[in-house]
Amino acid sequence: MVSEAQIWAWLDEVPDPEIPVLSLVDLGVIRGVEIGEEVVIKVTPTYSGCPATSVINLDITEKLRANGVKNLRLEPQIYPPWSTDWIKREAHEKLRAYGIAPPVSGTALCPRCASANTEMLSKFGSTPCKSHHRCKDCLEPFDAFKCL
Amino acid sequence: MYEFLLRMGDNTLVLGHRVSEWCGHSPVLEEDIALANISLDLIGQTRLWLGLAGEVEGQGRDADALAYRRDAWDFRNLLIVERPNRDYGHTLMRQFLFDLWHHERLADICLSEDDRVLGIAAKCVKEASYHLERSTDLIVRLGGGTAESHSRMQTAVEALWPYVGEMFTDDALDIEMDKAGIAPLPSNQRPRFDEALNITLSRASLTRPAGDFAQKGGRSGVHTEDLGHMLATMQFLPRAYPDARW
Repeated sequence: MVSEAQIWAWLDEVPDPEIPVLSLVDLGVIRGVEIGEEVVIKVTPTYSGCPATSVINLDITEKLRANGVKNLRLEPQIYPPWSTDWIKREAHEKLRAYGIAPPVSGTALCPRCASANTEMLSKFGSTPCKSHHRCKDCLEPFDAFKCL
Repeated sequence: MYEFLLRMGDNTLVLGHRVSEWCGHSPVLEEDIALANISLDLIGQTRLWLGLAGEVEGQGRDADALAYRRDAWDFRNLLIVERPNRDYGHTLMRQFLFDLWHHERLADICLSEDDRVLGIAAKCVKEASYHLERSTDLIVRLGGGTAESHSRMQTAVEALWPYVGEMFTDDALDIEMDKAGIAPLPSNQRPRFDEALNITLSRASLTRPAGDFAQKGGRSGVHTEDLGHMLATMQFLPRAYPDARW
């Protein structure tokens, strides 16, 4: 019988389809793992229309099946709603290193030069979870995780 | 309950489709991306509302069946969301009036005694508040922009004004939902809506239209002809090729 900790470890190896430096566990979309007659994974969506949601479900299924988990069920759980507070603190550094400013309320810091002298260009960026910004010191454009 | 869920889901479905009509046509790239993302949020919310509606109805219909296989008279959306896009200012004013109502409405429904309804409202209210921030910003900028942008925004608010009253009209179903603890009366929101609206219009140097004549009917299935035209486009593929798969 596979342990709950093992399942969590496997899920922590599944990358987010749109921001592959984050795992699904980093992102905070795995709400629970229950092991009984079947393995139940509770998954919450980030944005309700995020196209990655179905890919996430597929990736979880593939990962666990590849590791021999046969009786598997994914259960959507929308409450309490996901927010950027569910993203693990340690993952903020991964985002920054990848070039995406982590979610903060207030001014986004430039992920390249750490300047606070930045401006938002658009409230929506390349994916539903990001807004678009520009650093006025190093003049580079960058995406920031929207603070929700 | 089923009808109530249709009202919520049809609003986001119809507006989500309307907004998506700008995809590839917006005046600037950032706006195109923003509208496509807002549309995506609204369609995502639709899946939740109509998904639950199908479950509650118990006839084996899922969100797709409800979205694509009902005719105009079965839709329960507010008339304002089916109004055509016209110019960009008109689209943004429609969005602003809807966002202002929608955000308050969802906040109210977060008090629902039904866990499923509360769960959906709590999910959607966060996205609605982001949409409202954006549309409020743009109304203020365009209202206070050039003489041309100002006049287009004033024209838009006047054209859409007759569709505002319907948002706050209580009918027998609303009273039933309120008594059952599922959703408070829409009329409760009117004072909050008016207060926020007056502030934004004044920051935007726009004049609130006089009069309170309200077009009604959408919430009971009586629609403008524009909805039929929209559905003809939106529903064509699944009707022509039933159960088609990618």
